[in-house]
Amino acid sequence: METVWFMIVAFMLVCYVILDGFDIGAGIVHHFVGRTDKERAAVISSVGPVWDGNEVWLLATGGTLYFAFPALYAAGFSGFYLPLIMVLWLLIMRATGIELRHQLDNPLWTKFWDFVFSLSSILLAIFFGAALGNVIRGVPLDATGYFFEPLFTHWGTTGDTGILDWFTVLSGVVAFVALSIHGASFLAIKTEHEMQERSRKIVSLGWFALVLVTVVSLVAVMYVRPTLLDNYYYLPVGWMIPLGVLAALIAMKFFNSKGNDKGAFMASATYLALMLGGAVYGLYPNVLPAIDPQHSLTIHNARAGEYGLSVGLIWWPIGIIIAIGYFAFLFRTFKGKVEVGGEH
Amino acid sequence: MEANTLARIQFAFTVTYHYLFPMFTMGLMPIIVIFKTLALKTGDERWNESARFWGKILGITFLFGVVTGIPMEFQFGTNWAVFSKFAGGVIGQTLAMEGTFAFFLESAFIGLFLFGEKRLGPKLHWLTAVLLFIGTWLSGWFIIATNAWMQHPVGYEMAADGSVQLTSFWSLVLNEWAIYQYMHNMGGAVVVGAFCVSALGAFYILSNKKAEYGKMFLKVGVIVGCISSIWMLFPSGDLQGRMIAKHQPVTLAAMEGLFDTTEGAPLVLIGQPDMEKQRLDNAVHVPNMLSFITYQRWDAKVKGLNEFPKEDHPTNVPMLYYSFHIMVGLGTIFILTMIVAAFWLWRGKLFDANWLLWILMLSFPFPFIANTVGWAVAELGRQPWLVYGLMRTEHGHSPMVSGGNILFTLLGFAGMYTIISLLYIFLMLRRIEHGADELGAGITPEEVA
Ligand code: HDD
Ligand code: HEM
Ligand code: HEM
Repeated sequence: METVWFMIVAFMLVCYVILDGFDIGAGIVHHFVGRTDKERAAVISSVGPVWDGNEVWLLATGGTLYFAFPALYAAGFSGFYLPLIMVLWLLIMRATGIELRHQLDNPLWTKFWDFVFSLSSILLAIFFGAALGNVIRGVPLDATGYFFEPLFTHWGTTGDTGILDWFTVLSGVVAFVALSIHGASFLAIKTEHEMQERSRKIVSLGWFALVLVTVVSLVAVMYVRPTLLDNYYYLPVGWMIPLGVLAALIAMKFFNSKGNDKGAFMASATYLALMLGGAVYGLYPNVLPAIDPQHSLTIHNARAGEYGLSVGLIWWPIGIIIAIGYFAFLFRTFKGKVEVGGEH
Repeated sequence: MEANTLARIQFAFTVTYHYLFPMFTMGLMPIIVIFKTLALKTGDERWNESARFWGKILGITFLFGVVTGIPMEFQFGTNWAVFSKFAGGVIGQTLAMEGTFAFFLESAFIGLFLFGEKRLGPKLHWLTAVLLFIGTWLSGWFIIATNAWMQHPVGYEMAADGSVQLTSFWSLVLNEWAIYQYMHNMGGAVVVGAFCVSALGAFYILSNKKAEYGKMFLKVGVIVGCISSIWMLFPSGDLQGRMIAKHQPVTLAAMEGLFDTTEGAPLVLIGQPDMEKQRLDNAVHVPNMLSFITYQRWDAKVKGLNEFPKEDHPTNVPMLYYSFHIMVGLGTIFILTMIVAAFWLWRGKLFDANWLLWILMLSFPFPFIANTVGWAVAELGRQPWLVYGLMRTEHGHSPMVSGGNILFTLLGFAGMYTIISLLYIFLMLRRIEHGADELGAGITPEEVA
C-alpha cells in the first residue's frame, strides 16, 4: 500500500516538474527569446492560460504527500522552513509577474514585470534543484523525527549541514540548465520566425552545458551518497534509467538539429522524468534519508493509517482522470502558435 | 516572543489575508453565472458584457486568491509540524481531495473562462462559468470540512504512535459541523459578492456614467443580497449557534460575555467584558433572549464561563466577544439595508433614491469585515484547542523552528502583502474607471481578453 502511494507521489512530482518546468524555463530564457516588448508579451501569452494549472500539480503533490506520509510532510516542511517560505515568495512574485504585465500598457510597467518574472523563475529553478539535492544528500533528522537547516553553514555535505552546500548548489545548477532547455524547447513550439530561431539556439547551445553538468552531478552523487546505488545493484533493471537519460540527451540533440521542436520537447520532458525517476528509484524505501541512517524517514514509518490510504485509492484515480481530461481540453483550446503583437 | 505565539500570528495573518480574496470570488461566481444565464435566456448582449466586466474583476481577484492560498497549503507543515503529524492521517484526506478535485477544476477553467469566450461560443462559455463556480465552491467545501474537523473531530481513532487516523471517510466529509459551517460561510461569501455588485451599480448611477448598466448590477445585486443577508441569520447563523451551544458550551459563554450561569439569560447588545472583575460593564441587553434563541425556552439555563475550568476558557475572551458582536451587528444592518433596497426596487423607486444609493455604494467593505470577524469567532472560540478536545494549540507548532526565523518570515509576508494590497487596489480602481468606457462600447470578446 505505502509503495503504491510512494509511486503516486513520485508520479505527481514528475508531472509537476515537466509541466511547471516549461513555464519556469520560459521565464528563465524570457529575455533571450523575447527581445522586444511585443515578443515578450508573446512569451507571456504562451504560458498565460496554463501556468496556474501547472502549478496546481505542486499543490496537489503537497496535499497528497500530506495525506499519504504525514510525518514526512511535517518533518520536511518544518525542516526546510526558510527555503520553502522563500519559494512561496518567489511563486507569488512569478504569478504576479505573469498576470499583471498585460494590465497596463506602459513600458516601465511591462519591463518591471518582465524582470520579476525572469528573476523569480531563475531562483525557483535553483531552489528546486537544491531541494532535491538535500533529499539525496540526507538531512540532519534526529530521534524526535524533526530537523531544521539554516540556509548555509560550512558548505560541506557532512555534520552540521545547511540547505546550500557544494553538492546542493550543483543540483541547483543542473535544474537551472535543464529547465532553461525545457522552457526554450516549449517556446520553440509556441513561436515563429526569429523567436523560434532563438529558442532553438538556446536548446542547441545549452545542450552541451547540460551534458556536462549531468555527468558531473552523477559522479558527485556517487561520492556524496554511494548507498543510492544499492537498489540498482539489487534490481539491475534500474540501470535502464541512466541509459534512458543518455538516450533522451541524444534524442534532444537529434530532434533539435532536425528542427523537430515537439520531438526535442518530448526528449527534454523524458530527460527530466528519468533524472527524477532515477533519484526516486535509488531512494526507495526512504522518503527522507537522514545523515544518521537510523533516523531516516521511510515509507513505513512516515505513512498514514491503512483505512485512510485505501479510501484514497478510490478517489485519487477518479480525480486524476477527470483532471487530465480538463487539461487535455485546456491545451487543445489554446493550441497553436502565439502571435507576436496579438492578444491571447 | 516565543515560537508558538509567532507561529499563530503568522498563520492567522496569512489565512485572514488569503480569505479576503476567495470570499469575493466565491461570492461573485454565482452572480456571474446569473449574468451568463440571463444572456443566454434573453439574448440581451448587455448581460454578456456585464459578465465580461465582472469576469475581469474576478480574474484579478482570483490571482490574488491563488498566490496567497499557496502559502496556506505549505504552512500546515512549516508552522504546525507536530499538529500535521498528529492529524495528517485525517485532514490530509480533505486537503489532498481539495487539490485533486477543486484546484485542478478551478485552475483549468479560469483560463478558459477568461480567455476562451470567442473560441468556445456562448453555450460552452456558459458551461465554463458554471464549472468555475462549482470549482470555487468545492474548494470551499473541502477547506471547511478540514476546519470543521478541527472544531468537532469525528470519524477517527487514536493510533498506537499517538496520532489520529481516519476510520470513516463519510463522517469526515459529511461532518455535521461542516454542513452548517459551509451553509453559513458560503452565504457570507455571497453577501460580499452582492454588496460589491450593488455598490458599483450605485456608483455608476450616482456618477451618471453607464447608468443603464448600473441599474442592471443593482437589480441583481439587491435581490441576491437580500436573500443572502437573511440567510446569514436564519437558518444558517442560528444553526451554527446551536452547534456551538451543544458542542462548545464554554465558547458560547465567552462569545456572549456570560460570566455566571443564568436561568433566563439575557442577550447582550452592547457591553465591555471586564476580565478582572469577571463581569460585563455598561451592558445593554434583551432579557431572556439568549435562553430562548439557544434552547427555545425563555427560562432555560445557560452555562456561564465560571462553570468551566479556567484552563479550558478561550484564551482571548474580549476579542472573541467583540468579534461575535460585530458580526451579528453588521449582519443585522445588512438585512435592514437590503430589505429596504429590495422594497424600493420592487416599488420602482430605488434608482432615484439617492440617499439609499449612497448607502449601498459605501457599504461594500462591511461584508469583508463581517466575514473576517466571523472567522475570528470560529478560531478564537476553538482556543485553547488546536483540535477540539484532542490537542492544545500550545503543543502543535514546529519544534525546531525558532521564533527568530518565524519573525523573519512574518515580516517578509507582511511586506509582500502590503505591496500586493497596493497593486490590487490600483488595479481595481483602474478596472472600474476603464470598465465604464468598455461597457456598451461594442467591444468584442477577444478585444476584452
Ligand atoms: C457576511 C458575513 C457574515 C454575517 C453577516 C454573519 N456571519 Fe456568522 N460567520 C461568518 C460570516 C458572517 C463566517 C465568516 O462565514 C463564519 C466564520 C466561520 C464560519 O463557518 O462562518 C461565521 C461564524 C459564525 C459563528 C461561529 C461558528 C464557529 O465557531 O465555528 C456563529 C455562531 C455565527 N457565525 C452566527 C451568526 C449569526 C447569528 C449572524 C446573524 C446575523 C451571523 N453569524 C452573521
Ligand atoms: C478552513 C481552514 C482553516 C484552518 C484549517 C485553520 C486553522 C488554523 C490554525 C492551525 C491556526 C493556528 C492555531 C491557533 O492559534 O488556533 C489558526 C489560527 C487562526 N486562524 Fe484559522 N484556519 C482556517 C481558516 C481560517 C480563516 C479563513 C480565517 C480568517 C479569515 C482564520 C483565522 C484565524 C485566526 C484569527 C487565528 C488566530 C487564532 C489565535 O491566534 O488565537 N482561519 N487557524
Ligand atoms: C488554511 C486554510 C487554507 C488553505 C490551505 C488554502 C489553500 C489554497 C490554495 C493553495 C489556493 C490556490 C489554488 C490554485 O492555485 O488554484 C487557494 C485558493 C482558494 N481558496 Fe484557499 N485556502 C485556505 C483557506 C480558504 C478558505 C477558508 C476558503 C473558503 C471557504 C478558501 C477558498 C479558496 C478559493 C475559493 C480559492 C480559489 C482562488 C480564489 O477564489 O481566490 N480558502 N486556497
